[in-house]
Amino acid sequence: MSGEAQILPGTLDLLILKAVSLGPLHGYGVLLRIGQISDSALLIEQGALYPALFRLVRQGLLKASWGTSENNRRAKFYELTAAGRKRFREETEGWNRLATAMASALAAQAEEV
Amino acid sequence: MSALAWFRSVAAKLFRPSEITEETDAELRSHIQLRADDLQRSGLPHAEAERRARIEFGGYQRYREESHQALGGNLIETSLQDLRYSLRVLRKSPGFLFAAVTTLALAIGANAVVFGIMDGLVLRLLNVPQAQTLYGTEYGADPGFQSYPNYLDLRDRNHSFENLAAFKMVFTGLDTGSNPVSTAGYATSGNYFDVLRLQPSLGRFFHPSDERGPNSAPYMVLTWAYWHSHFHDDRGVVGRIVQLDKHPFTIIGVGPPGFHGTLLFVSPDFFMPIVNQQQVDGENLLDARGSTMGIFEAFGHLKPGVTLGQATADVNSVGAYLAKTHPEDFGQKNVLLGRTGLASFDGAVREFTAALMLLAGLVLLAACANLGGLFAARAADRSREVALRLALGSSRTRILRQLLTEAVIISIIGAAVGLLGSVVLLRRISEWQPFPGANLNLPVAPDAKIYFVAVALALLSGFLFGIVPVRQVLRADPYEIVKAGSSARLGRRITLRDLLLILQIALCAVLVTSSMVAVRGLIRSLHANFGFEPRNVMLVNTNMAMAGYTGDQIPAMQKRMVAAMQTIPGVERVGLVNNYPPLVYTAAFRAKIFKEDATDLKPSNAAANPFGYQVSPEYFEAAATSLLAGRDFTWHDGKSAPRVAVVNREFAGEIFGSPANAVGRYFKLQDGTRVLIVGVVENGKYLSLTEDQAPAFFLSFLQVPAVQSMLVVRSNRDPQQLTAAIRSQLHDLDAGLPAQIDTWNNFLDVVMFPARVATMALGVMGLIGGMLSIIGIFGMAAYSVSKRLRELGIRIALGAQRTEVLQTALGRAVKLLAIGSVTGLILGLLATRVLASIVYGATPRDPVVLAGVVVAMALLGLVATWIPAQRALSLDPLILLREE
Repeated sequence: MSGEAQILPGTLDLLILKAVSLGPLHGYGVLLRIGQISDSALLIEQGALYPALFRLVRQGLLKASWGTSENNRRAKFYELTAAGRKRFREETEGWNRLATAMASALAAQAEEV
Repeated sequence: MSALAWFRSVAAKLFRPSEITEETDAELRSHIQLRADDLQRSGLPHAEAERRARIEFGGYQRYREESHQALGGNLIETSLQDLRYSLRVLRKSPGFLFAAVTTLALAIGANAVVFGIMDGLVLRLLNVPQAQTLYGTEYGADPGFQSYPNYLDLRDRNHSFENLAAFKMVFTGLDTGSNPVSTAGYATSGNYFDVLRLQPSLGRFFHPSDERGPNSAPYMVLTWAYWHSHFHDDRGVVGRIVQLDKHPFTIIGVGPPGFHGTLLFVSPDFFMPIVNQQQVDGENLLDARGSTMGIFEAFGHLKPGVTLGQATADVNSVGAYLAKTHPEDFGQKNVLLGRTGLASFDGAVREFTAALMLLAGLVLLAACANLGGLFAARAADRSREVALRLALGSSRTRILRQLLTEAVIISIIGAAVGLLGSVVLLRRISEWQPFPGANLNLPVAPDAKIYFVAVALALLSGFLFGIVPVRQVLRADPYEIVKAGSSARLGRRITLRDLLLILQIALCAVLVTSSMVAVRGLIRSLHANFGFEPRNVMLVNTNMAMAGYTGDQIPAMQKRMVAAMQTIPGVERVGLVNNYPPLVYTAAFRAKIFKEDATDLKPSNAAANPFGYQVSPEYFEAAATSLLAGRDFTWHDGKSAPRVAVVNREFAGEIFGSPANAVGRYFKLQDGTRVLIVGVVENGKYLSLTEDQAPAFFLSFLQVPAVQSMLVVRSNRDPQQLTAAIRSQLHDLDAGLPAQIDTWNNFLDVVMFPARVATMALGVMGLIGGMLSIIGIFGMAAYSVSKRLRELGIRIALGAQRTEVLQTALGRAVKLLAIGSVTGLILGLLATRVLASIVYGATPRDPVVLAGVVVAMALLGLVATWIPAQRALSLDPLILLREE
């Protein structure tokens, strides 16, 4: 378990947006892409992806359309909408700010206080 | 934009739910397929790859549902799902559904009807503007404000009412050109409509300015209902001249629709100024201050800021003044002010509806206990199903929500069935006309309030008992339950369910006991000794004033009528009584009488306050009242003969010690007349069946004539033929004299009414109680048999006898039934004291009632346990043990 981090609440949405921002993907593709870009460090049950995907569709951040997968299976493909791209930029910036702040906070030494 | 997207997705869910579900399924399946493809490529066999893909995906149903929720509109969707699922489940257990719905329907129906009655009779006020400040003097037997001069004094001397109106009832023959018909109206003070703040729907009303002395205002105003039914909405009716008791009256207007006069129960046909009352009553009732017949009720709006207490004190101070100024005519009593419309019935009606509410409450409580038991048993039954669902990944909230949905469905069906029944019943009640010749007006129409109360009650009880299983669900450990199976524990301790059943049976036994006491009381009162024999007697009600007779013509005509009746073949005896015979229309007059030597004849010096009647010779024989001593009246006891009286045994005993002593002695009437007692008759009932024995005296009708009288015709002939014969005889005497002919027993309906209604209500409640206990016991017995099928099978296989099997299967149910019944019986007998005021001879110490209740509860138990017992006995251990 030590090599794999349980996903933080709220981060799955951002990861999905990130995955889809690199090009349209079907659900399984999103899962593979997340595994790939996070170096398989993030672990979720596969089914848990779908409620998150649907939530993003409902918020108007993703749009979906049926297509054919690389091995000729019918699958539903997701891509970012304009609102989705905007949200992805904002959330990335927010996350980076938070991560930087956290990193510097955690790196602080006793004499700096 | 995102709101739009949300709406689109909700709308899509709502309108194309199956499509969405299919799409989600397709997507999830495609995911699993893609994963399986990958796994297969990495070298796994096809079947194994698919299995792994499904495992890695996780709880398919759970994610499918969560996806649904994420798509929005899910509350409705899942509720619909819950609904569908619940309906499916309920359809699979029709026994439970039937028991629960019937229980609820009975309770809701009973409560809705009782609430409707209470709403109509107690809560709802008269249908006039600002009815809430309208108060009136209460009618009483003593001369209080019941005379016209006293009303005038009260009107002018009080400081509490804005204005005071008064009315009395009149019964008249209305002649619109063809034969006169009997009508009932109000003779009212001129300000009646002004005080009520009403406007006519047609023409005009009369006002104080129309009153210019006796018989100065020959006007009449029709009620809207009478105009509608008898004048067919003819707008040309205003200005028409009609005959009331042979006197011309001009119809000047029609009242507003929905206005039925100022008495809750009896609707008049018309209104006329009270100054003209002599024309329709045949005698002037307005001048005598000591009369109780001038005014039925005086009422008005309280001035702003005046409380009921202040007004009552004010009215009583006027009463004290009148008692001081007119000591000979005014018996001071404490006047109570009551809600107009209910005046003299207020207390009785309130008591009655309160008792009904109490009973309905008991029914509801019993039903709730029943439902609680049903739901608890069902929850225990379904623990395995719930456990399975939990194990398969369903959330507890979801399961609870589904259980509640079930409860709500049952509540709604139960409420609907109950309401339907109650609406039908209330309609029937409001159209009910139980009395001959009286317009009964029971305003108990079902309305929104009643629907609301019923639905609220249903949902409340549904939720309350839908929640019973919640604890079980929340505590359920799926693993344990699935492992242990359904026939887990055989509890020996008393459970919540047992207590609920005992409570319910006890409540039902209370209802059954009270209904038996009431029925028994009614039967007893039907066979009680009234002091006369109403069977085979026809009463003929006539009012000489309706045909224009006055003075000496009246007794002469009445004598001719008696003689005419005697000529009808098959008629045995004919008598006549002024006004009404005993127990008719709950109307009787009491008079103050004084000892022979009394000189100061003020009300407080009276020796007795007996009922007074004026009768013809042979009346006692026609009524089958036996003469104990002395003689009957003769046709010689006329105006010029000495005044004579016949008294009842109570009168004789109270004043003279014994019946024999009374004959030949004298007493005095309030006007000072000395009366010789010539005979003594047996005691009887006069005003009501529940009254204590009262003194009564009878005078010769020739010596005290009255326009209104009833012929008492005793004959064994068929009532219909007899009625026709009487009618033709009367027609020959005077074709213009309306007569109301009916059997004495039918006239007794009015006096029997409270007892009948109470008995009917209690009987229905008892019936409901009985049905509820059948359902409760049946549920319990059937449940315990089905729970213990395996155990019973083993017992039978090991050679248990039928009685032993029955004891095992049903012993507990029977024991609970016994405990509950005994508790209920004792409570019911205690409650009987309350019944005694309505039901004649209601006594708790009646062996028939005791035995009846025991037999009834035993029968109920037998009926309820019959099917479960049959099931237990017909068990085939082989089949059973093989199956389990």
